Amino acid sequence: MAIANYLYLSAILFTIGAIGVVLRRNAIVVFMCIELMLNAANLAFVTFARINGNLDGQVVAFFTMVVAACEVVVGLAIIVTIYRSRRSASVDDASLLKL
Amino acid sequence: MINLALDVGTTAGPESLLFYFLAPLSILASIGMLLVKKAVHSALLLAWVMISLAIFYIAQDALFLGIVQIVVYTGAVMMLFLFILMLVGVDTSDSLDENIKGLRAIAITAAIGFGGLLVSLIARATFGRETTGLIGANSIGNANAIAEILFTKYVFAFEVVSALLITAAMGAMVLGHSQKSRSKFAQRDLSIARFRKGELKDAAGLPGPGVYALHNAVDVPALLPTGPTSISAVLQARGDIIESSQFQLQVEDEEK
Repeated sequence: MAIANYLYLSAILFTIGAIGVVLRRNAIVVFMCIELMLNAANLAFVTFARINGNLDGQVVAFFTMVVAACEVVVGLAIIVTIYRSRRSASVDDASLLKL
Repeated sequence: MINLALDVGTTAGPESLLFYFLAPLSILASIGMLLVKKAVHSALLLAWVMISLAIFYIAQDALFLGIVQIVVYTGAVMMLFLFILMLVGVDTSDSLDENIKGLRAIAITAAIGFGGLLVSLIARATFGRETTGLIGANSIGNANAIAEILFTKYVFAFEVVSALLITAAMGAMVLGHSQKSRSKFAQRDLSIARFRKGELKDAAGLPGPGVYALHNAVDVPALLPTGPTSISAVLQARGDIIESSQFQLQVEDEEK
C-alpha cells in the first residue's frame, strides 16, 4: 500500500464534507461537515509529517484541533442564540440580519 | 512504543489491512452522514469517522495526536454537539428536499470535479523525497518529541492559541447568556391567551393523552374529534404515537 492512499482518503473525506456544507440545511449538520473537513486536513498533515520525517505536520494538526475546538464552542453558541430567537436551526431561516 | 508502521514507505502488512478495512467504512459513514435525516444519527456517524481517523493517526506514528483526537473530538466536541442537539430539539430534523432549484445536481457535479481534481493531483504528484518515516523523529517518544518542538519552535503560536481559547470561552459565555426581553409566560398569561383565541371551546385546557381511551399512556391520543392535540409535540415529531382506536371500548350489541 502506498502512503499516498492516506492522502486520497483525506481528499475524499474533504470533498464529502464540502458537499454536506452545501446541501444540508440544518446548521448543526453543516457544522459537523465542517468538522469533517478539518479532520480530513489533519489526516493530510499527519501523513505529510510521516513522509517528511519530522513532527512539524503533527504540531500543525494539533493547532488545527485546538482552533476547531474554539470554533465549535463559538459556533454552537451562535446556533443556540439564533435558535432562541427564531425557533429554528435551519440556515435558510436565518436569512435576515434583523429579527 | 506502539509501532504499527512496520515497513515504512511501502506500508505493507498490518497497516495496509487496517487501512483497507477502515477507510471504506469511514467513507461510507461520512456519506451516510449526509444522507440520514436526523441530526443525532449524523453526529454518531461523524463520531465513528473521527475514531477511525484516530486509529489512522496512531498507525502513522502519531500516538499523541491519536489520543488527543479521541479525547478532544469524540470526547468533547461530539458531546458538545449532542448536548446542543438536545437543547435545540431532536425534532428539528431538516427536510432533505432542495429549495434552490438544481442545487443538488450542481453541488454533486462540482464536488465530483473538485474531488477528481484533488485525487488526480495527488496521483500525479511526486513527493520529492522517499518517505522517511518517524522512527528517527520519535526516538525520544512521540509526546516528548512534540513537546520539544511545540515549546521551542512553535512557542509563539502556542501562546496565541491560548489567547484564542480564552477569547472563545468568553465569546461563548457572552453569546449563551440570554437576557429575558419579556416576562415569563406564566399560567395567568396562558389563561388570558386561551380566552382570547376566539372560540369558547378553546378556553378549557387541552385534553390529556389517553383519558378517554382504555389505555392511559402518554403516547395514546385521546378519543376526541381534536385527536392528536392531546399528545405532546415532541412525541408527535418523533412519530411515537399509538393508534388509539384499538383501545376503544367495543360496545356489544345488546339485542343479540
